[in-house]
Amino acid sequence: MIRTEEMLLNVGPQHPSTHGVFRLVVKIDGEIITEAKPVIGYLHRGTEKLAENLQYTQIIPYTDRMDYISSMTNNYVICHAVETMMGIQVPDRAEYLRVLAMELNRVASHLVWWGTYLLDIGAVSPFLYAFREREMIINLLNELSGARLTFNYMRVGGVKWDAPEGWIEKVAEFVPYMREQLKGYHQLVTGNEIFINRVKGVGRYTKEDALQYSLSGANARCTGIKWDLRKDEPYSIYDRFDFDVISREGGDAWARYECRLAEIEESLKIIEQAVEQFPRAGEIMAKVPKIIKAPKGEAFVRIESPRGEIGCYIASDGKKEPYRLKFRRPSFYNLQILPKLLVGENIANLIAILGAIDIVLGEVDG
Amino acid sequence: MIQDLLYSSPSLANFGIFFLLATVFLFVILGFVTYAILAERKVMGFMQLRHGPNQVGGRWGLLQTVADVLKLLLKEDTIPKLADRPLFILAPAIAFAPAFMVVATIPFTDSLQFADIGVGLLYYIAVSGLTTIGIVTGSWASNNKYSLLGGMRAAAQMISYEIPLVMSVLGIILLSGSLNLNEIVEAQKDGWFIILQPIAFIVFLIASVAELNRAPFDLPEAESELVAGFHVEYSGFRWAFFMLAEYVYFFAMASLITVLFLGGWLPLPFLGFIPGAVWFALKFSVVVFLLIWFRVTFPRVRADQLMEFGWKVLLPVALANIFLTALLKELLNAF
Amino acid sequence: MSGEKDLEQMKREAAAKAKAAALAKMKAKESDSETPPAGEADDLAKKKAAAAAKAKAAALAKMKAKESDSETPPAGEADDLAKKKAAAAAKAKAAALAKMKAKEADTETPPAEEADDLAKKKAAAAAKAKAAALAKMKAKESDSETPPAEEADDLAKKKAAAAAKAKAAALAKMKAKESDSETPPAGEADDLAKKKAAAAAKAKAAAAAKSKAAGSACSGDEKAKAIAAAKSKAAAAAAAKAKAASAGKAAEEHGEEKVPSPNQPLLDKYVKIIGEHLGSEVLEDSYINSLSKDVPTIVVKKEAYYKVAQFLKYNERLGFDYLSELHGTDFETHMEIYVHLYSYKNRQPLALKVKLDRSEPVIESLQPLWAGAEWPECEAYDLLGITFTGHPNLHRILLGEDWVGYPMRKDYEPYDVEV
Repeated sequence: MIRTEEMLLNVGPQHPSTHGVFRLVVKIDGEIITEAKPVIGYLHRGTEKLAENLQYTQIIPYTDRMDYISSMTNNYVICHAVETMMGIQVPDRAEYLRVLAMELNRVASHLVWWGTYLLDIGAVSPFLYAFREREMIINLLNELSGARLTFNYMRVGGVKWDAPEGWIEKVAEFVPYMREQLKGYHQLVTGNEIFINRVKGVGRYTKEDALQYSLSGANARCTGIKWDLRKDEPYSIYDRFDFDVISREGGDAWARYECRLAEIEESLKIIEQAVEQFPRAGEIMAKVPKIIKAPKGEAFVRIESPRGEIGCYIASDGKKEPYRLKFRRPSFYNLQILPKLLVGENIANLIAILGAIDIVLGEVDG
Repeated sequence: MIQDLLYSSPSLANFGIFFLLATVFLFVILGFVTYAILAERKVMGFMQLRHGPNQVGGRWGLLQTVADVLKLLLKEDTIPKLADRPLFILAPAIAFAPAFMVVATIPFTDSLQFADIGVGLLYYIAVSGLTTIGIVTGSWASNNKYSLLGGMRAAAQMISYEIPLVMSVLGIILLSGSLNLNEIVEAQKDGWFIILQPIAFIVFLIASVAELNRAPFDLPEAESELVAGFHVEYSGFRWAFFMLAEYVYFFAMASLITVLFLGGWLPLPFLGFIPGAVWFALKFSVVVFLLIWFRVTFPRVRADQLMEFGWKVLLPVALANIFLTALLKELLNAF
Repeated sequence: MSGEKDLEQMKREAAAKAKAAALAKMKAKESDSETPPAGEADDLAKKKAAAAAKAKAAALAKMKAKESDSETPPAGEADDLAKKKAAAAAKAKAAALAKMKAKEADTETPPAEEADDLAKKKAAAAAKAKAAALAKMKAKESDSETPPAEEADDLAKKKAAAAAKAKAAALAKMKAKESDSETPPAGEADDLAKKKAAAAAKAKAAAAAKSKAAGSACSGDEKAKAIAAAKSKAAAAAAAKAKAASAGKAAEEHGEEKVPSPNQPLLDKYVKIIGEHLGSEVLEDSYINSLSKDVPTIVVKKEAYYKVAQFLKYNERLGFDYLSELHGTDFETHMEIYVHLYSYKNRQPLALKVKLDRSEPVIESLQPLWAGAEWPECEAYDLLGITFTGHPNLHRILLGEDWVGYPMRKDYEPYDVEV
């Protein structure tokens, strides 16, 4: 009789498909996973501790480095939290700039996901196509903020820089171009039989699981939960735009894939409307004190990042530094369901499931 | 000429001539591999909005692969401490040798062929299967879990796809009545087998990509899953041997497809004034391009789907093709 | 005035060093603390002027020309000073300003010091620019102090504030008038004025420069005044706007406090349902957190934490099926767990808090209720040392098991083997 043995396999922290320094200790029987244990913390930088000794404006660059694929939403969440506490009314033009920046960033973030996910699945080219479009967005945001990745663009009360001349027009041109490219994406990948077979029915969970495990973003919407903070708890000026909340019923990697691609289209819709409504002149900063001091008390706000619900909790004692700052990092919460999903799957599915959750390790580890 | 030598009595001079020829042939193949790699990188580059190599050796990067090989030769030869040393060293050679051996039977033109063996096709398929042993040996000897997984995948894949590969060719053998590659080409004078045997062609193409371990069937070295698969622990020249084996098979398989389905060196009608070698090169290039195109376009299939596809789809289709061919042949003969 | 030349040299040197706003501010502060007899004041003033030295050439030239024309200063040296100050002020926006200054200088013939006061006060007013709150406080201060002359001043300020919306031009005019009409006795007012000016200095670099000019009072009064006045105008416009805005906001806030929060019924509902089923004693407190988008917040007793959480999840009318966030905070007097819950079923939010004993932070785990609490609880355990009983796999999730201490505690000292 053949004697078989379970094998302990370390996937990561140095592995091409863990999207960073994520380690997964899996017990495998052949190629079938019997147990999976995620190990995180390799990228923990103690942002929250550091923030306790920093003024609010100084914290913003740190948030860039959490979810470095979508820095704009991170910028926004802390500014939004402080603004909520201080009751600051942000000027219209600043709000539009913020929304444009965030939605462009969301598109870029989904593109990165799309590209890397297909890389995980084994197709190399989509990655490069996605990065072509992402590069255009990054250039746009670069023009706006002066940085390509860690934008550090938003401030409490507004934004740091006004849009350079001709920027809005460039954004307006980008939207139809991106729509055209999206069609190409669907032709190249969405209809591909191999791809469909790789993701359909993989990593399936129910609506109840999604709620139970505190999933958010596309990870929750793929199970039929129609929930988007932009729509359901409108912040900023999202109530002025007409867009749909995308949700799918499947609950598998395929549904997540569809959700994200459709969300790109919704974001483009928002960008288009924001460009139309964009106020031609106006302030980009509210009148805020030079030294920002949140009033004594606490606040928790949450907004919709590309990865899900990003939240910011601030406890303030009235000083210029927060007493306690805490980020609700969507990747951290979303990753929790992974061990449950992996049992009984094979190594190839491991990659497909992990990729579909869309984690950024900077965010998981804080 | 070679035929005569083969039939002459063995002597030291004979051995010398063959050794010399083999060496020359090896260099020709190395030259091909060099430029096949370059071509692949360039084609992939253009398909992926990149430039590909364009620094070493002029605008087209003509010396890039040469530089890469030199670098590989200079690299430190690392062998893991807990590896099975003799097997670890032996494995690349086991993998490479058959790759070189199979090329001997490919007829490039009616006169340019190394060995015209009566059962050339059978020889090719039999010998090419040996490479799997090299891969499994290497993966086992590395003492690495990823490479072990890769090796197991390779073994399973090779065995599964060898069968449809052989089965799909049976139709051709039925039509041509020979296993000799020269005769198979001659049999295509009236029509290439890609037209007469379209089903066989598709099955053979898919199975050959799987045999080559190329995307979308590159599971044994699936980068995103197994890091580098069976050659995780190999570096430097030993790794280059695996690479070499892979590309020589690439060469051999493209040639075989040309010979079996595209009529080898046979010209298109009215274009007979172009020499056969050019025709062969053209057809061969088309096949190579097609294979590169596959690699750029497709995502990777999953191991279990691969098995299912091999056994549940390709094999029955190939068997049906044999049946159909035999039936048609008998019917045509009857009337 | 014996060391006048020295002083001038010093000024020049200082001017060369002059950096930017930061410097200007610091100087302004210095002038705050010091209420020097003439001589020192001079120094300060000069330094400030130096700070302002960025001034553009053209603007300077014009202004100087005008000023020297219109002014007939008591002392010869005053002239020099004045020019320097003017230079400092030069940053001020532009021709418009310059003109205004010229006018003022023309119209004013007060006994030196009072004019100073005025100028300073205006500068002070300008300083309010950013902080509405500050502005109010200052107003109060000036209220409580009742020097005979200053009331008029106050009034003037208020007017300025009221007029705030008006454009800069309008403002400028008003100020000019005020400075005309007011002739307060000098006395203590000076000190005050200086302080305000100092405070104002925070405003822009320009503002700082102005206040400095004001500081130099004794020697080059008139010019100083002129400059200060000019500066104050520049700043005043911005300040006024800010004030108006803040006033508006303040009003709104007041309004909000009076109008019950839209989430009040929700909170009442929660409290009522919990009270009905678990007894009202399980709740320590319940309020609407107006800082946090009016989220209904309940603070539960430690003993009842799990029970309440369970109830919150499974009660039909509450049905909090989603745990959005869980984290701990070290408040030094106690530890606190903050849980943000949401009910997708009923579309309602809730913040659940519980206070823990800091010396022994132990609490039931919520993991059995919401699986999503598993990692956040590990995080709280890792960073704050809060132990969750009933947690299936409590481990140091981010730092690793060999980490010494709990970093998010306020008394955390990094452990270093080598120390």
